[in-house]
Amino acid sequence: MHDVHDFEDVKIPIGPQHPALKEPESFLISLRGEKITASSVRLGYNHRGIEKACEERTYTQGLYLIERICGICSHSHSTCFVQAVEEIAGIEITARAKYLRTLIGELERIHSHLLWLGVAGHEIGFDTLLMYTWRDREVVMDLLATLTGNRVNYGINTVGGVRRDISHKQKEEVLKAIDILEERTKYYIDLAKGETTLIKRLQGVGVLSHEDAEKLDAVGPTARASGIERDVRKDDPYAAYGELDFKVISVNSCDVYGRTLVRLGELMESFSLVRQVIRKIPDGSILVKSARKVPAGEAVSRYEAPRGEDLHYVRANGTEKPDRVKVRAPTLANIQSVSKMLEDRYLADMPIVIAAIDPCFSCTDRLVAVRDTKNKGSNTVVWETIRLQGIEWYKNKGIDFTSLNEKLTKLS
Amino acid sequence: MSEEKVKQELEDKFSYLKDTVTITRKGRIFVQVPLDKFNEVFVYVVKQMRFLALSAITGLDRGDGFEVIYHLNREGRVLLNLSVRLNKENPEVNSVTGYCPSADIYERELVDLFGIKVKGIAPGHRYPLTDDWPEGEYPLRKDWKGHKEAQNA
Repeated sequence: MHDVHDFEDVKIPIGPQHPALKEPESFLISLRGEKITASSVRLGYNHRGIEKACEERTYTQGLYLIERICGICSHSHSTCFVQAVEEIAGIEITARAKYLRTLIGELERIHSHLLWLGVAGHEIGFDTLLMYTWRDREVVMDLLATLTGNRVNYGINTVGGVRRDISHKQKEEVLKAIDILEERTKYYIDLAKGETTLIKRLQGVGVLSHEDAEKLDAVGPTARASGIERDVRKDDPYAAYGELDFKVISVNSCDVYGRTLVRLGELMESFSLVRQVIRKIPDGSILVKSARKVPAGEAVSRYEAPRGEDLHYVRANGTEKPDRVKVRAPTLANIQSVSKMLEDRYLADMPIVIAAIDPCFSCTDRLVAVRDTKNKGSNTVVWETIRLQGIEWYKNKGIDFTSLNEKLTKLS
Repeated sequence: MSEEKVKQELEDKFSYLKDTVTITRKGRIFVQVPLDKFNEVFVYVVKQMRFLALSAITGLDRGDGFEVIYHLNREGRVLLNLSVRLNKENPEVNSVTGYCPSADIYERELVDLFGIKVKGIAPGHRYPLTDDWPEGEYPLRKDWKGHKEAQNA
């Protein structure tokens, strides 16, 4: 019998397009038997040139573009950006506007965490959980649509405040929906704490030690599941968080199970935050008038997005367009921990380990529309060409299936 | 330790940082560091002042040169922004991955988008541009107005 160590490492490419991945990213995995010995990640497939585009747009135009960095945490990006602009311009927004931004931010966190729970369920073959959580997620999506007019990309922020007020009737709707969601979340918590299959599948998987999480600067639930009690809402309060009461949820299990518990705990905190906002929201105007031109200056803004710390740097030059906008989305900070989590793990754990950081590569890559300028006239690419290109691409990476294909042909 | 204390400590330790440390608001400190002194300031800030977490590295084209800003934070609370200016002809910084392993991907961004050389960066994939991206085109430089081929199309 052969021992697994008798075999050489096998290299397997996973991505950029792969059924186990929800967005394009490319992993190259070295395997010995079923165990991963090394891995590397290649990102950039979603680079759309947003930072450059922002330099050619006014602050308000940029705000709408920034919101479209990501379809899940769009409010996170737009708030983070607008906070930086307001800081440079010296605009102090009204208390009511701050509370409304907080409200949408927390509702967004609820929809994002429920979405994650569903994806996590799907990755471990627990599709019932996906169906349940995504059904419940509709409650909060509908709520967001009622409050802002959109299910995603809410467009609620503007320089100097928010664009829509909340009515008394809407407040009641929010409270009613939160009651429903809280009850369902309690059920998911019971399930996560009692369902043996789920616990066994997630415990000890994708381990990221406290030290590694600190060293690699992990953020958000990924960091908090490794015992790092860090949350921008608490550490560097923005919007109305300084006046609200909430706990930072953290656990020390350092695995995917811990990341699940952290997100479930955060859902409960979010429900409490939403209720506080509805109870405490002060009366007043929602918008402060501001000039189109922003004086020269710079600011760094931080925001606790559902996936972790989002950071925007804005430099203004006194015109109505920014000189530089830099976006560092949470996934970029967390993706560096993934290789660590995969080390010496089984290949079958890979999908859930990657999903556990709740990756969002649209956010991460931000940036260039590709136009085929080499073949003027005809731009039609047939499927076969794409297939051959793919084979060629992998060959250049040292992965060649020619001999394997020949063997297969002989067999058939 | 408050922002004022950080400012004081930096100015006491490095006399050349006098008048270059600005506190813009609670939790935000900006520091202009001369290029030849950058290494010693960075190491001191990370090792002695415990600004252990690197949030991001921002590159900037100032027209007459480049600027690189390192956003460091301590326990998530105070954000210290160390900024260093580089010349246009031969922009080069040393890699800080030895102190902050997470710097790797941000440094690759500097290389791809600005054409800033990073000394001591480990071999690996480029980020974020494609493998067949033309040489010498750096999208976030101010004089870059789009792909040469696309402009002519």
